[in-house]
Amino acid sequence: MYAQMVETGLKQVQDAADMTPEERAFQARIDADVKVEPKDWMPEAYRRTLIRQIQQHAHSEIVGMLPEGNWITRAPSLQRKAILMAKVQDEAGHGLYLYCAAETLGVSRDQMIGDLHAGKVKYSSIFNYPTLTWADIGTVGWLVDGAAIMNQIPLCRCSFGPYARAMIRVCKEESFHQRQGFDIMMTLCRGTPEQKAMAQDALNRWWWPSLMMFGPPDAASVHSAQSARWKIKLLSNDELRQRFVDQTVPQAEYLGLAIPDDKLAWNDGRGHYDFGEIDWQEFHDVLKGHGPCNRDRMRTRVKAWEDGAWVREAAIAYAEKQAAREPAAA
Amino acid sequence: MRFDYLLRLADNGLVLAQRLGEWVGRAPVLEEDIASTNVGLDLLGQARLWLAYACEIETGDASPVRTEDRLAYFRDAGEFRNLLLVEQPNGNYADTIARQYLFDQWHVLLLAALTASCDARIAAIAAKAVKEARYHVERSADWVIRLGDGTAESHARMQDAMDALWMYTGEMFAVDATERALVDTGIAADAQALQAPWIEAVRAVFAEATLAVPRDDWMQGAHARGGKQGRHTEHLSRLLAEMQILPRSYPDAIW
Amino acid sequence: MSAEWPLWEVFIRSQHGLAHKHVGSLHAPDAEMAVRNARDVYTRRNEGISIWVARSSDIHASSPGDRAALFEPSNDKVYRHPTFFPMPEEVKHI
Repeated sequence: MYAQMVETGLKQVQDAADMTPEERAFQARIDADVKVEPKDWMPEAYRRTLIRQIQQHAHSEIVGMLPEGNWITRAPSLQRKAILMAKVQDEAGHGLYLYCAAETLGVSRDQMIGDLHAGKVKYSSIFNYPTLTWADIGTVGWLVDGAAIMNQIPLCRCSFGPYARAMIRVCKEESFHQRQGFDIMMTLCRGTPEQKAMAQDALNRWWWPSLMMFGPPDAASVHSAQSARWKIKLLSNDELRQRFVDQTVPQAEYLGLAIPDDKLAWNDGRGHYDFGEIDWQEFHDVLKGHGPCNRDRMRTRVKAWEDGAWVREAAIAYAEKQAAREPAAA
Repeated sequence: MRFDYLLRLADNGLVLAQRLGEWVGRAPVLEEDIASTNVGLDLLGQARLWLAYACEIETGDASPVRTEDRLAYFRDAGEFRNLLLVEQPNGNYADTIARQYLFDQWHVLLLAALTASCDARIAAIAAKAVKEARYHVERSADWVIRLGDGTAESHARMQDAMDALWMYTGEMFAVDATERALVDTGIAADAQALQAPWIEAVRAVFAEATLAVPRDDWMQGAHARGGKQGRHTEHLSRLLAEMQILPRSYPDAIW
Repeated sequence: MSAEWPLWEVFIRSQHGLAHKHVGSLHAPDAEMAVRNARDVYTRRNEGISIWVARSSDIHASSPGDRAALFEPSNDKVYRHPTFFPMPEEVKHI
């Protein structure tokens, strides 16, 4: 999901015969589940792939603060407001852990932010959709965090140490996020007819984009194989997507909400839910920048960054003055 | 009267937390986004404690009919009791930090005084809140100093911010009849007595920040007070319109 | 002048801990703010007793892999914990 447009740079998965001795030794460590750490030798393609993937994950957390932060000032109870503020604050923290993990690979946070603002790297496209009602906040917690958890748990076992450890910390905090969302949905679905309708409307708008979060179908994901070999990507898009559907459909049934897919049906033979065809045109359009909120999200982030430049500069200037004033403390 | 006093305490936290909530996702740097939200969460938490007690006082029994949410979402601007200072808009980061520091410096003194309240509940809430307030004032004072003594630009912005907000500080030390009665019975803190320590602390921070302390007579203006009596600036009704919209639109709904 | 804030490594000894553990990194303009930000970023769920920070550039590692650290969840802001939201028995995978 953060691996959109992440290309390993290798045209095909390398055979042992194609590898240098160092690359063979590296692959052997990965196969033995020994973690790769920042100072270890690693193929340049591995480093570049990780820098891109980890930073896209970080950017997703930060941009993700915006659709949810949108409802902090309008949260309908003080408890919901506090919980939402805490959740969004967690997301900031997750972004921070991930930026720091990426920095171990030799790229600075400012560089990564610059690349995001210049459109050179992506963030999870789900955040290019708008949160139009309070029910969207419940739905985002339930579906989007639900999908994120599915993706993040396997990443706790990824080969790169700092990324795996960041994921462990993130996963500890994430299950509160999904439950927070589901709790909102339960309250709405048990509430007034308007609240139930609000919940159904939100599900109608967020269901398909949530399925798109898992990325293109496996057949169309040409670059995943090497990532899988390097244990950066541990489960296939289709596998995760199917798991998500199987887990979520009963939850929707419990809420008394209808999933907007008339092809959705339990398939006894497969032991999974069959579901309808995703609109891949929409997926690619949003990825390219033509989703409902792409421009808004970037404008907001760029503005916050630019407006904050004088603050960051002032803090450095002060620190430098202090250092000059206290030579003994240096 | 105690009910009114508790609203004065609660509404400051409620309104200021609302303002800080507007910065989420937009702060100058990620670490600051987290730190600032933490302050907002603390203030919101304190407001909820004051409101819970206010509910009990109002109805005289332990299961109040008016809940914290009823009080937060169904009072009009004229019934809010916060200082005018906290409803001022966020502006740029200097405006936000200036507002925060001027409030925090007062708040920590107020809460410390309230730990000696004859009302055991007030004293208990204050004891918990003052720990957070000490951290808040340390943080905001630090930012005042960093921005005041940072670059020429940050210094100018911080000076402008302080100059603009100074007029609202007088209200912090104004004691009306309601408060005077409660001070006399040992329930409320004497806000007037906080002025001297406040100005002393503020002068010290301003000096380190290389900022000029605005003229005192600006503080006294009658047009810069009235929050505690429900006479607010144009900002509050707009802030409340946003904050209260959902429960007001669906008054029978549980959220 | 570069406005980039340097990177710091954060070490925390929790209330019942015997030694400081590395919990992660953050950016700050100087040590004082690094300590303050560490409290906000890394102890949101608990009050660490002691926080150490060191500039990342000052750290020399022999075993670069030795950085695993997890911190204890807190009881203070209860809704942060998954157990705060009781989920109905019938709802699975949440």
